Amino acid sequence: MNRSARIRLVLTVLFVALLATPLVIKRLALQRSRAASTELDASAALTRYGFYLSEVSHAAGVDFVHHAPTLDAKLGPIMPEVASMGASVSIVDFNRDGWPDIYVTDSAYGSANRLYQNMHDGTFKDVAPEMGIAEVNQSGTGVSMGAVWGDYDNDGYEDLFLIKWGRPELYHNDHGHGFTRVSEEAGLPPWINANTAVWLDYDGDGLLDLFVGGYYSENIDLWHLKNTCMMPDSFEYAKNGGRKFLFHNLGHGRFEEVSAKVGIDSRRWALASAAADLRGTGHPDLFVANDYGVSELYLNDGKRFHEAGAASGVGFAPKSGMNVAMGDIFNQGKYAIYVSNISEDGVLIQGNNLWVPRDGQPGKPLAYENMARDLGVELGGWSFGAQFGDLNNDGTLDIYLTNGYVSADRKRSYWYDFAKVAGGNASIIGDAAHWPAIDGRSHSGYQQKHVWLNDGAGRFVDVARAVGVTDTHDGRAVALADLFNRGALDVVVANQGGPLLLYRNTVTAANQWIEFSLEGSTSNRSAIGARVTVRWNGQEQVQEVSGGSGFAAQNDRRLHFGLGKNPHLEEIVVRWPSGKLQKLPDAKPGQLNLVKEPS
Amino acid sequence: MSGQTITVASAPSMPPATRWRKWFSLENRFVPPIFITLILLIGHLSFGILESYKKTLLAITVSILTELVLGRTVTGKWPHMASAYISGISVGILLRSPAFWPYALCAIIAITSKYVIRVKNRHLWNPSNFAICVILFLAAESVTTLSIQWGNNLWAMLVIWFLGSTIIWRLRRFHICAVYVLSFLVFAVLRARMVGDPLVAEISPITGPEYQLFIFFMITDPKTTVRPRWAQCVVAFTVAAVEMVLRLRSSIYAPLYALFLVGPVALLIENWWALRHAPASQPRTLAPGVTP
Repeated sequence: MNRSARIRLVLTVLFVALLATPLVIKRLALQRSRAASTELDASAALTRYGFYLSEVSHAAGVDFVHHAPTLDAKLGPIMPEVASMGASVSIVDFNRDGWPDIYVTDSAYGSANRLYQNMHDGTFKDVAPEMGIAEVNQSGTGVSMGAVWGDYDNDGYEDLFLIKWGRPELYHNDHGHGFTRVSEEAGLPPWINANTAVWLDYDGDGLLDLFVGGYYSENIDLWHLKNTCMMPDSFEYAKNGGRKFLFHNLGHGRFEEVSAKVGIDSRRWALASAAADLRGTGHPDLFVANDYGVSELYLNDGKRFHEAGAASGVGFAPKSGMNVAMGDIFNQGKYAIYVSNISEDGVLIQGNNLWVPRDGQPGKPLAYENMARDLGVELGGWSFGAQFGDLNNDGTLDIYLTNGYVSADRKRSYWYDFAKVAGGNASIIGDAAHWPAIDGRSHSGYQQKHVWLNDGAGRFVDVARAVGVTDTHDGRAVALADLFNRGALDVVVANQGGPLLLYRNTVTAANQWIEFSLEGSTSNRSAIGARVTVRWNGQEQVQEVSGGSGFAAQNDRRLHFGLGKNPHLEEIVVRWPSGKLQKLPDAKPGQLNLVKEPS
Repeated sequence: MSGQTITVASAPSMPPATRWRKWFSLENRFVPPIFITLILLIGHLSFGILESYKKTLLAITVSILTELVLGRTVTGKWPHMASAYISGISVGILLRSPAFWPYALCAIIAITSKYVIRVKNRHLWNPSNFAICVILFLAAESVTTLSIQWGNNLWAMLVIWFLGSTIIWRLRRFHICAVYVLSFLVFAVLRARMVGDPLVAEISPITGPEYQLFIFFMITDPKTTVRPRWAQCVVAFTVAAVEMVLRLRSSIYAPLYALFLVGPVALLIENWWALRHAPASQPRTLAPGVTP
């Protein structure tokens, strides 16, 4: 064999090896994900992962099925696509009985929202009709897309802001006995097509303000379209969506819209938002995940917001932002931000983003690095809502992610037609009449959910099926709460056109926990923005009371910390929105600790 | 996209004005790399099309290094880097993946394919077309191609169409683009009638950035296209026809796969035809002087 032949042989072998490389990588990935595909064995799950989840909605008296809206008939051919949101869930103790209740939205005209009152015995009862917040999807007023709760008048009872494609509604909580609609008195605009809102006290005056992110333009009545040019003008650079609103709480039940005045001016298609003090300034910053474009990060100096998405790294690569959740995943006192996007094998691999703050020096601007791939939480299908929570009480925050867009005919997919239009010119993509009819096809439907368990060593492992999460509904919203006051985070999932799921969590008794219920005095009474730092066994974790997070969701305001085995509590500090620091030397693990802000 | 490698005869006694005109005539081996770099820069600075500079740089670096190593090892000479640069940058633009490894692997496969899959001293596939199709086949869970990222903006598209058409015209390959585009439009009308979708939905793909790169850099690649002008037109039409069939089967990457299927077959037919009609006195090799 001469030299030329030898070289050719070596090259051929190398070439074959190169072609085989993707197959080897795929095989290794399959081996790693084997845990996710194992069926539930409760005993094994408890031993191996420290918890398992049981779907108990029916037994708990919750038989809710969401109905999607039916918009203008001009959108008929693509109705499942444009009417693909509206299922939401928020947790609230509306009557201050110490037990979390559940509010869920329906989205068809004439359908009723539900307020599931916790009956303290493992069951719930719908009390929305007698409370006056059921019949809120009336023809001509739009339909519900979500709900966030906050005590805007500091009377001790959580009030309801109803996010709608339509007339936004504010309901005052009349001391747990009913709700009074106060939208006009509050000064809300007549129409917003929104999918996200969050309560926050951006100026630290002790009164909760309200951010609302528009999706479709507020100038469009989706039931009476003048024309079909209402779609995004780009799949990843769209700026023709709804405007943003920031309602500054003036007190006495009145709000003033100040978004432009304080530096929030965007027409990107907002789908999710959350607020937290990301820089330790004492002021809540605002993160907005936009569909069809980049995310926006509004840094708050206490009076104005400064958009720093591109500068911080989170607003550079455009994707399809669906979710914002914040959690201290490394127990370092810093929030990582989880933004879900779209991934479909062989079609579109955006990958979810897990924005982890870079180690910075004092005075240096905030910068983030996407570590979703490194940590194993990148690919979640057509992802929607996700939340951080310590599901097994081991002391590290895990992630529950739901997903799935349109589940219809299993054998026929809409992806091809979607892709050919989505890549086209703005004048094509922006007109709904140009989109091929979906015609009963699925679009990233029937997707397996993800429960990513934080191993505490820099990796998340998907254990969804192994811990009992096997549903494949079109998931939208996820909310976490210790529904039964047992020291375990349960999971509530709202599905588009599907049932509300209650996953009751069973956690190994070996792992300890501690919970806090905060009430502000100088600060807003809901304590939204209050930050609790728990230091134990040489580590620390921070959590903040949130006025809305995830996708169309709000977790329980009570904060739940897992502590692992044999915890030695070193210090617990509350930093209130007013700036006051309060140490809790007497807080006890294994119980809910009630904390009032010292006046 | 192995590069537009039209060789220009040197003109030692050329006056400066003529030399400049010659340079600007675009009959220059560096023009295609400069053009594709311009597209990248316009796309990125106006819309941020690159998720990461690092991934594109990785693809370019790996592509060039592979070309250097293989070129030196196989031919004993240092190869010209224009072709490898275009392959690398094409992979960097067209491939989309959150991971780094697909960019490196795709670039290596692209360059290596030129040296391994050869018939009569000629490589059959456009290297980046071959590599991207292979990666799409074998690693569908990890990669996609550029399909939506370019702002869906009319002006960016027009600038690229104008620049691309001008350059391709001067390189005397515009007829390939024209035949392909016209064929695509005719087949779009046909598809719309067959499947009942809006006509603009069928035309929509060609208004996207993926097609601009495909038309200006892949189907016109001199190394992997047949030589007679009429045959080039037939091949361009056939690519559009096969793409039509693939589109009716809902293949998202129809143009890439169509070229993958049609390109080598056309070259093999040309080889076969040339061998069949070559005078017996001449050596039966093709494409004299063609190097990888």
